[in-house]
Amino acid sequence: MTVKEEQTIIDVALENLTSEVERVHADGYRLVQIGCTDIDGSYEVNYSFDKGYQFKNLRLTIGPETEVPSISGIYWGAFVYENEMHDLFGIPVTGINIDFKGTFIKTAEKYPFSVTRAGGDRCRNV
Amino acid sequence: MPERIIVPFGPQHPVLPEPIHVDLVLEDEKVVEAIPSIGYIHRGLEQLVQKREYTEYVYVAERICGICSFIHALCYSQGIEHIMGVEVPDRARYLRTIWSECSRLHSHLLWLGLFADSMGFENLFMRSWQLRESVLDVLEDTTGGRVIQGTCKVGGVRRDIGQEKLDEMHRALDPFEQNCRDLGDVFLNDDTVKYRLQGLGVITKDEAYDLGAAGPTARGSGVAMDHRETGYAAYGDLGFKPVVETAGDCYARCAVRVKEVYASIDLIRRAIEEMPGGPIDVKVKGTPDGEYFSRAEQPRGEVVHYLKGDGSKHLARARIRTPTLANIPPLVKMLPGAQLADVPVVVLSIDPCISCTER
Repeated sequence: MTVKEEQTIIDVALENLTSEVERVHADGYRLVQIGCTDIDGSYEVNYSFDKGYQFKNLRLTIGPETEVPSISGIYWGAFVYENEMHDLFGIPVTGINIDFKGTFIKTAEKYPFSVTRAGGDRCRNV
Repeated sequence: MPERIIVPFGPQHPVLPEPIHVDLVLEDEKVVEAIPSIGYIHRGLEQLVQKREYTEYVYVAERICGICSFIHALCYSQGIEHIMGVEVPDRARYLRTIWSECSRLHSHLLWLGLFADSMGFENLFMRSWQLRESVLDVLEDTTGGRVIQGTCKVGGVRRDIGQEKLDEMHRALDPFEQNCRDLGDVFLNDDTVKYRLQGLGVITKDEAYDLGAAGPTARGSGVAMDHRETGYAAYGDLGFKPVVETAGDCYARCAVRVKEVYASIDLIRRAIEEMPGGPIDVKVKGTPDGEYFSRAEQPRGEVVHYLKGDGSKHLARARIRTPTLANIPPLVKMLPGAQLADVPVVVLSIDPCISCTER
């Protein structure tokens, strides 16, 4: 299988997130997605970008209560993923351009994918 | 300044087969702002990956959506194969391409029918769905399933298509293409359709790119981006150029899908002609340990399956970004300026798939 795409993952610190995203934006990348993974009680957040099938990821590792600055001022469409981060994982994201304040995704249980959630239905690897 | 009122659109609406809600802020009949919300049927399928073996999750991935089901299974399988270093046999790559393009064909024909219905063009709706039936018949004939195929697996495919059946499919392509071109001629050239769609719900090329639009929504605005260009499955062998329109309106998005129907027929024809022999799968041993962002082109655009394995038989994480989720911000930008009566047409122009969005 010959897939013509490169994938890179770059770790970023919380304080450098917006400046790194601004740099990626200035380089002409589009935002593909923002996704969270729980890692032993903390979160790994992947900000994925693409330009001409070059796939670049900025990876942020944060604790469960850490506030994350929104990148919706740089990528307007990021509000979808940032509201999802909040509504499913309970990660507080500050300064979202369209902040649904927990009502974007309506779930029976609050923050169903949160690493701090208790109960037998919890993630297997936590 | 006219008084502003808010009109709720959805989650139940005659043009919406699935629930999505948009609060429309109106001045008289003109939309000045649109605020979407989703989550009425969120199923938590991403979490299920931690309770199913990685080989079993193909079935779950396929059930994320009833329209692009095969491509979800393909994207997931390709991701696992990449992590585990599995090389899929050539014949399996070609069979995957044929079933992927059949999925795109029936999805686009489904959408064309729904879009005609949203314009009130009922016999165009019925003709589109009549043609779609013949694609579903081929899927049923070759896989056993019209909606969920169950043929893709990690390491290849489960079923082969015999030469006799391939020949029969090849013979059926010419008359089918002629029927699709006759149908497409109405969508592309009918004055009523043009009057209804041209200049409606416009987003520019820069806006589409910057908002992260995917699939025909991006290509209708001139963004030449189609993940089949990367050459996954057999697309690298067959060669592929994205279908692009530049007007950025509802008509352009419709034209992209009409022309992609022709492109899919051509890809199926060439895949049948160049079908290699040999096995259709390889035995996969071990468990996935590593991560990969697997991407594929669904009918609605690029889908991303982020897969992370920790060496156990269960994956640690599957995160699925579907094209409809990426197309919500462009939709929010398309709606302001439209009349209330045009909102169903504009919403449908992104081909919203809520079961994908609510994975």
